[in-house]
Amino acid sequence: MAKFIHDFKVVENLPVNKDYFVLYLECPIQLPPILPGQFVQVQVHSSPTTYLRRPISIYDVDRDKNQLLLLIKKVGNGTKALSSLKVGEYLNLVYPLGNSFSIPHSGRVLLIGGGVGIAPMLYLAKYLKTKNVEAHVLIGGKSTHDIIECDKYKPYCEVYITTDDGSLGEKGLVTQHSLFGEQIKFYDRVYVCGPNPMMIAVSKLVEKYNIPCEVSLENMMACGIGACLCCVAPTHEGNKTTCVEGPVFNSKDLKW
Amino acid sequence: MAALEVKIHDLILKNPVMTASGTYGYGLEFDDFYDVNRLGGILTKACTSKNRDGNAMPRMAETPSGMLNSVGLQNKGVDYFVEHIYPQIKKYNTHIIVNVSDSTIDGYKEVAEKLMPLEKITGIELNISCPNVKEGGMAFGTSCDTAAAVTKAVRGVYNKTIIVKLSPNVTDIVSIAKAVEAEGADALSVINTLMGMAINAETRRPVLAMVTGGLSGPAVKPVALRMVWQVSKAVDIPVIGLGGISNATDAIEFLLAGATAIQIGTANFVDPMVCIKVLEGINEYCDRHGVKDINELIGGLRY
Ligand SMILES: Cc1cc2nc3c(=O)[nH]c(=O)nc-3n(C[C@H](O)[C@H](O)[C@H](O)COP(=O)(O)OP(=O)(O)OC[C@H]3O[C@@H](n4cnc5c(N)ncnc54)[C@H](O)[C@@H]3O)c2cc1C
Ligand SMILES: Cc1cc2nc3c(=O)[nH]c(=O)nc-3n(C[C@H](O)[C@H](O)[C@H](O)COP(=O)(O)O)c2cc1C
Ligand code: FES
Repeated sequence: MAKFIHDFKVVENLPVNKDYFVLYLECPIQLPPILPGQFVQVQVHSSPTTYLRRPISIYDVDRDKNQLLLLIKKVGNGTKALSSLKVGEYLNLVYPLGNSFSIPHSGRVLLIGGGVGIAPMLYLAKYLKTKNVEAHVLIGGKSTHDIIECDKYKPYCEVYITTDDGSLGEKGLVTQHSLFGEQIKFYDRVYVCGPNPMMIAVSKLVEKYNIPCEVSLENMMACGIGACLCCVAPTHEGNKTTCVEGPVFNSKDLKW
Repeated sequence: MAALEVKIHDLILKNPVMTASGTYGYGLEFDDFYDVNRLGGILTKACTSKNRDGNAMPRMAETPSGMLNSVGLQNKGVDYFVEHIYPQIKKYNTHIIVNVSDSTIDGYKEVAEKLMPLEKITGIELNISCPNVKEGGMAFGTSCDTAAAVTKAVRGVYNKTIIVKLSPNVTDIVSIAKAVEAEGADALSVINTLMGMAINAETRRPVLAMVTGGLSGPAVKPVALRMVWQVSKAVDIPVIGLGGISNATDAIEFLLAGATAIQIGTANFVDPMVCIKVLEGINEYCDRHGVKDINELIGGLRY
């Protein structure tokens, strides 16, 4: 897939709560094809501590308005700088990058997102809907505060929630959700994005039932286009780049 | 429009802008962004005699105005390069120079010999920052004797252009430059990364799995500029300057310090278009300063 580099106009910068915000970015050309699971490399306005671009998943694609949406959690200087972008300012993106989740032609699938790992799942859910695949989404977080925009999924899939403190949905980790009882067997494929320990726990559980599990890794990146080999993940076929051969991997291929 | 052609030994570059090894893949990664043939040359990522998986993760850390990397020369080895990569890159109409590395002198020779017949590979760049296994892991490039020995051995089997890329992690870079010049190096690249380290105070752990790594980016530019200036005064072969170049002004500074051409590395990660912007900026600078030929600028520092 061809990669592009463009200045996107900030059309909206909506805080979700004190830690999360959504950027609405208008593309200066007609948006090229974008697959679920792909990401962008964002150039943060240069300061000595934000020299490199920041990789951010594509949260949603609005073809009517020709916009890309990014869901971002403030963790350090780069993401904080992005949170203070004003409407009308421009943001330079290299996009769309990486492979994508595989899209089946039928069946029932489960999408699991932990914390900001939920970011790639919305566009995936939307995409699956157009392919008539029945999707369910399980969203996990520490508390209500980390369960972001779960209403947005409702047009596309059934929504399940867990929080560590039980403040929303079922109490516990995603792997403790009741879906992982008998019901898990009825899924044909599981997609996960979140902290590594969560992805490992989910894939181990799911592999037991021989259900294919796709995980989206968030390795540290420098170039984002396969030029530096900084981001590789060890697989059974040697090191693979997370930015080009990933970020989505079949859990069985990874040496966790 | 000034004349931009420069000469590195036998190689006539259409302009002095090249890419730095390990930061530009094989060029193919940039095909979507611009016509790679516009550049004076591309330096591929390191090529070694055998497949190398590289170092453990994490391999990179961002540091003020730069980054540390410990990629560890990951590549599939010279045979794979010849069979699978060369056929994809021989389409380019610019100099393709392969960065050669290994842990033994025989390894360097083997790679050079296998690259020799490839028509579109017009030269090699010896990366002598690699640890020498026989000498107990000290980098070849940190002593005059080992640096000279690698150069001499490769010179014996390779008769196209040999560029030797110097390590800045030495007390006297000029003596190493002279030692490799004496053994037949045709040009020098100055500098490779500076050894550095990053610590996460919260976890009290090193950030990189390898603990130390190579520093690159704008943070190293003043050191690189000083070394290019010192080396280019001391040798008679052309020097290719690199280290932290991010815009045309940086590039001009390296030319003034004595570099005949320049390479751009880490800046490609920040702006994939940077090489083209530097090229256009050099043109603009020449017009603004009434420079008719870029060669007027080389070593043109006024005191
Ligand atoms: C493919 C991919 C998709 C991502 N998608 C999103 C997303 O949709 N929304 C979102 O908020 N975040 C996402 N991330 C993580 C995001 O890139 C980092 O949070 C961001 O780079 C941190 O930058 P900073 O300057 O704010 O923090 P820094 O001060 O640079 O770092 C703060 C902490 O953030 C983490 N971090 C820093 N850089 C990275 C990195 N390159 N990858 C992973 N973690 C990092 C580290 O743990 C670090 O200690 C994604 C990462 C990858 C690799
Ligand atoms: C990720 C990365 C990988 C590199 N790999 C190599 C390499 O394989 N061989 C080599 O000679 N230099 C390698 N270098 C060093 C660069 O070619 C260059 O000398 C250095 O980064 C300084 O230039 P810069 O500041 O413009 O990046 C690498 C640098 C980086 C950042
Ligand atoms: S970040 Fe450079 S190869 Fe993936």
